[in-house]
Amino acid sequence: MLSYLIHRILIMIPTLIAISVVIFTIINLPPGDYFSTYIAELQSSGESADLAKIAFLKAQYGFDRPLWAQYIFWVGGLLRGDMGYSFAYNLPVNQVVGDRLLMTVIVSFATILFTYIVAFPIGVYSATHQYSWTDHALTLLGLLGLATPSFLLALVLLYFANVYFGISIGGLMDPQYVNRAWSFGKAVSVAAHLWIPIIVIGTAGTASMIRRLRANLLDELQKQYVVTARAKGLHPFKLLFKYPLRMALNPFISDIGSLLPHVISGAAIVSVVMSLPTTGPMLLDALRSQDMYLAGSFLMFMAFLTVVGVFVSDIALAILDPRIRLQAGRRQ
Amino acid sequence: MTDLLFAGDSPRERAGGSTTKTIFPLSHYVSDAPFDPYALERMTPAQERFYMASEWRMVWWKLRRHRIAVLSGAILFTMYLSILFCEFLAPYDLDARNTDFIYAPPQRVRVFDQGQLVWPFVYGYDYRLDMSNLERVYSLNPDKPEPIRFFCHSSKYRFWGMFESDLHLICPALGRQLFLAGTDRLGRDLLSRMIYGARISLTIGLLGVAVSFTLGILIGGIAGYYGGWTDIIVQRAIEVVQSFPHLPLWMALSAILPVSWSPVLVYIGITLILGMIEWTHLARAVRSKLLALREEDFCTAAVLMGARPARIIGRHLLPSFMSHLIASATLMIPGMILGETALSFLGLGLRPPMTSWGVLLNEAQNINVVALYPWLMLPVACIVITVLAFNFFGDGLRDAADPYH
Repeated sequence: MLSYLIHRILIMIPTLIAISVVIFTIINLPPGDYFSTYIAELQSSGESADLAKIAFLKAQYGFDRPLWAQYIFWVGGLLRGDMGYSFAYNLPVNQVVGDRLLMTVIVSFATILFTYIVAFPIGVYSATHQYSWTDHALTLLGLLGLATPSFLLALVLLYFANVYFGISIGGLMDPQYVNRAWSFGKAVSVAAHLWIPIIVIGTAGTASMIRRLRANLLDELQKQYVVTARAKGLHPFKLLFKYPLRMALNPFISDIGSLLPHVISGAAIVSVVMSLPTTGPMLLDALRSQDMYLAGSFLMFMAFLTVVGVFVSDIALAILDPRIRLQAGRRQ
Repeated sequence: MTDLLFAGDSPRERAGGSTTKTIFPLSHYVSDAPFDPYALERMTPAQERFYMASEWRMVWWKLRRHRIAVLSGAILFTMYLSILFCEFLAPYDLDARNTDFIYAPPQRVRVFDQGQLVWPFVYGYDYRLDMSNLERVYSLNPDKPEPIRFFCHSSKYRFWGMFESDLHLICPALGRQLFLAGTDRLGRDLLSRMIYGARISLTIGLLGVAVSFTLGILIGGIAGYYGGWTDIIVQRAIEVVQSFPHLPLWMALSAILPVSWSPVLVYIGITLILGMIEWTHLARAVRSKLLALREEDFCTAAVLMGARPARIIGRHLLPSFMSHLIASATLMIPGMILGETALSFLGLGLRPPMTSWGVLLNEAQNINVVALYPWLMLPVACIVITVLAFNFFGDGLRDAADPYH
């Protein structure tokens, strides 16, 4: 187990390095940088730019150095927890993001939890009642969830939540809690606002999870050991939960890896629509204004979240399923 | 006495031994028909049609049994066909503005007028500006039935950029209006814009998939065929690409596209961006299949006969699972259409005057729309139908992809 753990961590490092190189390339691809846009903007409006400060910032962040040096500077900063400087906000990125990173983690985690809680009973029910009316209806509902663009679902739900439940539009908490320290009231308010984004972001993932669990469970239910157990007169519930369900659960764990990028993608666009204080809206702004460190750090954070999620799911899978553990050990 | 025993003889009869009779074997039957060594293998024409059918024909037979998939296929075919004729199908031009009818709600087609079945018509609108809150109020006027015209002459357009024409499938009554899906903030007919938008939204999925199909086969093929170090590098690269959340990466990449680009260039750029990230699943599938198939005898035979790798992969290995690849490519299209929609909705994708369903939804960006002009969200119906149809069709195709099963 320990060797597997080490093996996985060793794989993670080159992946993260490659990701950081790709991100750095992407944020450096647009012609010009924030300063040239900024100076041009100021000059067009007839103001004079504070050239001294800009020169200082340029030197500070190594804009005059070659690209590889800038890259090393950026990554070195990231490793020390310094995410660079946001030129649009005139503040270090760390101060700009505030608890947005934490909020992103909370929203993503809650969404995955929601996916599991909803997908599990529905998937099991659909598989055990194959081709029943409920099964067909649930499948159709799931497909609709898969096919509707999440941002529109968010808008509609937001509207109805406001009309019927009086939940304030946009944001992740009631306005009076913004910029306050965490308290019980704030947590309750966040919980009251959180369910709409969670449902919206989680719908697509839940739908595909239900389909996968249903298919897996159906495969297992046709196997001979199930027939044997039935013939022996084992109670249907015990039979279902003790054997086939455990076999069908593997993708539940391993899917975190493929679920997480979807959740983060979904969260990005849904939070733009709902103006949630997560990384999504700020990333959009940063991309528009070429605020490269801010955009790069957000992208890096999202990718990092995914890689760590995959890592955790792999470890969980190895703990649950001895076959994977043994196979990995043998490979080394 | 010959000791011949036949099946019917019971031991007791023999034990009795009272009647011993001589039994002659049956006279030998000889057929005098000419000898045909293939007699057993000969098939009726119907059997022949069945057993000698090509793989694709069998896929089609199997797909045909999947009724929802066939229906979805028909819907998709119709939609793609409509791309060719959108100028004819749309009642208005893409950018025709009806300045007197801004934010007009959809009109319902009626066929009953005062209890009588009549030619399809709509009721005209009476427009009034509510001065207390500056809301535009449109009320139906039952005294103004406006019959719809079919195959009629209305605004001029250049069909396929070649022929001048003014024939439309439906037009409003002369001098009247027909907004079956309402109008937007500039008074443009939403139905016409949805019909035109299909051109972009539907093709962007196809082109994007073509890009990732090529990339996936190329990269997956190289990794699977050569194995070893190439394989390891490709595997890592796939892992890196897959650990990016797609949408933020799409956002970042499309933010790179220069603002000065023409709409067509942006369209191509977005297609490339969508295709460049989705290839990983296909590459994985191709790789794992190739790893197994390259050990087969027919592959070794091809190598020994001196075929080059490109020929072996393209001519011998790929065709054996092409149907699977096409099925999974079909299932990738909805993701691309939704991706384009999301990007355009955020304002990072296509920009007007390019009109896709996502660009249309860009108008429905805030909560006021849901409350006041909900018909602006109608383009989402097109998206949902397309995505569902592709999903069902792809599912059916995937089930049919292995017809020998």
